[in-house]
Amino acid sequence: MIEVKNIRKSFGDKVVINDVSTVMKAGQCNLIIGSSGSGKTVLMKCMVGLFEPDSGEILYSGHSFTEMGPEERTEIRKEIGMLFQGSALFDSQTVEQNVMFPLDMFTKWTISKKMERVNEVLARVNLVEANKKYPAELSGGMKKRVALARAIVLNPKYLFCDEPNSGLDPQTSLVIDKLIQEITKEYNITTVVNTHDMNSVMEIGNYILYMYQGNKEWEGSNKEIIFSKNERLNQFIFASEFLQDAKEMRMLEETGKIPHHRNFGNTQQP
Amino acid sequence: MTIFTDIGQYLLMIKGMFSKPENGKMYWKEFIHQCAEIGIGSLGIVAIISVFIGAVSTIQTAYQLVSPLIPPSTIAQIVRDTVILEFAPTLVCIVLAGVAGSRIASELGNMRVSEQIDALEIMGINTKAYLIMPKIIGSLLMIPLLVVISMALGIWGGRLAGTAAKILSASEYDKGLLGDFRPYNVIFALIKSYFFAFIISSIAAFYGYYVKGGALEIGRASTKAVVVSCILILFADYVLSALLL
Repeated sequence: MIEVKNIRKSFGDKVVINDVSTVMKAGQCNLIIGSSGSGKTVLMKCMVGLFEPDSGEILYSGHSFTEMGPEERTEIRKEIGMLFQGSALFDSQTVEQNVMFPLDMFTKWTISKKMERVNEVLARVNLVEANKKYPAELSGGMKKRVALARAIVLNPKYLFCDEPNSGLDPQTSLVIDKLIQEITKEYNITTVVNTHDMNSVMEIGNYILYMYQGNKEWEGSNKEIIFSKNERLNQFIFASEFLQDAKEMRMLEETGKIPHHRNFGNTQQP
Repeated sequence: MTIFTDIGQYLLMIKGMFSKPENGKMYWKEFIHQCAEIGIGSLGIVAIISVFIGAVSTIQTAYQLVSPLIPPSTIAQIVRDTVILEFAPTLVCIVLAGVAGSRIASELGNMRVSEQIDALEIMGINTKAYLIMPKIIGSLLMIPLLVVISMALGIWGGRLAGTAAKILSASEYDKGLLGDFRPYNVIFALIKSYFFAFIISSIAAFYGYYVKGGALEIGRASTKAVVVSCILILFADYVLSALLL
């Protein structure tokens, strides 16, 4: 479990995160959503220690990460896996070497044991015949899967995914979402995903935090989000006609009524 | 103010490199990799430049020594001392600032921009120690070696040009090389090369490690690293010469 308490972060005069508090639960996909510039990436970077918050506290299983010294942070970081927006694979290393890197650095396992684990995680992300390929030879979806394999190779307790579907087609996005969801449940990981992909929200969002201009605007599950009365959230999620229709369908199925507020965020429609 | 901020950040970077390695074997592997990149990777250009520097020095020295009272072996002495004292350490290190320095800056800059450094940080690795330290130690080992090779090739290039142009015979050249030889000159050149090696690697690492932005900034950082390294090499050359000669 990760607790975020009253986090505030500014760059110069611009306040990017303003007093945000939340709890990310274990075994769940916790999503941070919001439009570009809403502060979700900065919040995630504060959570993993890439940015230092101006005030507030981050707690990993009750231990204050913000108050830890470098050595304690290093220990916590060994329990963190992160999937970056651009995959962040090491260009000069093959897929196998990329995934093996954390094992080489932090374990004293034999080569055969390390290879076994590498093949196991690569099989887990459905990537079995790319071991000797370099990142430049892989597609965007394959790179994300390799990065995911590298993130989970040390059995992390916490998994962070920064826009895992950016630059991917809807079908591949679905595959990545499913993988993240399955891995979260399988290893009981606290997963935090930054996204503005509404398909991901509906597919895997056990808990959703909606950010608006650096503030926490709404929180709830993917079952609740569709019925939310928050206007800003509705403008964000129902920006497409397709999702508007999906919402109506679901409301019709569950309540037998069609919502009266038909034109959220889509001013061109009657 | 920016210059003081940069100096402070540079010193913090150097301080940040000193920590217990997470895994000694991985650091060793990275160190060997950097030695190969810096040493073997720059050997070709260093060899070519050194031979031609020696050759040109011989021809130009002979052109200026027109008095029949000066024996031809003096040309070899002048070439030897010029190559050992200045050309091999300083000129080669300026070339290495371009070859090895820009490679270090662009490699680290690319890693920063593509979030590879962040990925290492998240894993719990001290990126300053893992990425910068092996580059600096690799440079401190390989650049003086390249300078020694450059000295030998420069002197040999002078001999080759001197005999080919019939300026002096091989035996006269060899006699000149041995005449009034001061071993301290070699030590002085090696001391200079250690200072220059540190400047080349640490300045390039600093500009690469702290790149902000995209591909354009990587190019700018790389150019800035070379320019600043060259200026500092020339300044250090003057200070060391004034202090040690």
